[in-house]
Amino acid sequence: MGAEGAVNVFTQLGQWLADPDRWSWTDPAGIPYRTVQHLWFSALALVIAALLTIPPALWLAHYRRGAFLASSAVNIGRAIPSFGLIILFWFLASRWEVDTDFWPLLLALVGLALPPLFTNTYAGVVQLDQEVVDAARGTGYRERQIMFRLELPLSSPVIVAGARVAFLQLVATVAIGAIVNDGGGLGRYIVDGFAEGARGYGEIFGGGIAVVVLALVCEGLFSLLTKLATPRGLALQQLRRAS
Amino acid sequence: MHASSVTPLLTQSSRPIFEWRWVERNADAIVERLGEHIALTATALGAGLVVSLALATLCLRFRWFYPLVLGTAGALYVIPSLGAFALLVPFFGLSFTTAVIPLGTYTLLILIRNIVTGVQQVPIEVREAAVGMGFTRRRLLWQVELPLALPVVIAGLRVAAVTTIGLVTVTSLLGMGGLGYFIRAGIQTTTPNPSPIIVGIVLSVVLAVVVDLLLWLSERALAPWARRVR
Repeated sequence: MGAEGAVNVFTQLGQWLADPDRWSWTDPAGIPYRTVQHLWFSALALVIAALLTIPPALWLAHYRRGAFLASSAVNIGRAIPSFGLIILFWFLASRWEVDTDFWPLLLALVGLALPPLFTNTYAGVVQLDQEVVDAARGTGYRERQIMFRLELPLSSPVIVAGARVAFLQLVATVAIGAIVNDGGGLGRYIVDGFAEGARGYGEIFGGGIAVVVLALVCEGLFSLLTKLATPRGLALQQLRRAS
Repeated sequence: MHASSVTPLLTQSSRPIFEWRWVERNADAIVERLGEHIALTATALGAGLVVSLALATLCLRFRWFYPLVLGTAGALYVIPSLGAFALLVPFFGLSFTTAVIPLGTYTLLILIRNIVTGVQQVPIEVREAAVGMGFTRRRLLWQVELPLALPVVIAGLRVAAVTTIGLVTVTSLLGMGGLGYFIRAGIQTTTPNPSPIIVGIVLSVVLAVVVDLLLWLSERALAPWARRVR
């Protein structure tokens, strides 16, 4: 494929983008519609995974238990192919006759987001200055109050960093989910385009750009969120240390 | 290239979750796809390592270059795999090249970072001793600094290898196969067949664990001093 092929791709992309339906918020072929769908799936999985991991990780880290679990979680998470997980859950859903458009992808996504959230929460709490915790205990804080009023906010930058890693993985995996999911967010364009062969190059390319832009925007928003998640006291401390 | 294909089983309403019979029947295809998976991983890792070594060497020589390289590698790392494949398909088709470029790209961030920090960790006395003995800059890097950085470099290589092995399954969407071929094949028959899906996932995880173990062993063999220090 030479320069002529590349020109063809851009002509196809132009035609693909010129379709008025492409810019619809309500038409399932619209980029805005699918972007919202993509983000909705990723965010839902992240919230569920956060609710499932943060309380137990906080508890385990507070009492210094489960260090081995925390360290192996990430390794296991890295080795399991997310693509395989989606298809396996799709198979189980179709066998048990539950909604195959929603549950398989959501379950795989939640499973994917658990390890980074768990390890970061754990690591964030464990690395805190023990003297601060002791001081709180001396002031009469109960263990629960220490966990939720002290350890959770102080480790929030590390937890948000974990959420950031998880969310980017989720955005990438929702796209792959298009292979079994009728919604599938922006990945739908790519999978549909693949099925079309060379005629689908415009759609593949357009979908690729949309997915990449979405991921980069999410990354930018999360780095903003990291700044917001840093408690003012911690930010001042870091500022003082840097100067 | 894809000589053998998956034998479809008879249509059944409720088939067992896993059938050894399927594995026996498709043993040749399994070996072939496993080989493909290893070839894709090895090419991506090898290319990633060569590029990383080159860029890391430049970063060590010119300090201002490091944040620039790390920033770019970080931005590339954020790109979703399917998106990266999609951007390359119109130019390289559904090919090995399309599959390998993103896979190799994802290894850059971790490999460059680990090579640079590994070399920077080498104690200044060691460097001074080597320079005093008349080592040139290049010999210092290749014969002193990089060997001493080996444990950190291999640690990065382990993460990169395990991640890449998992990602290779996605290349089956490009018709590239590897073990992802089985994962995909499981839902493409008229009745979904769980056996290939399970074989694909399990072999991919096993391969990741084996490669991780081999790299760990090679670290112990190549850098025996690291065991005592830590």
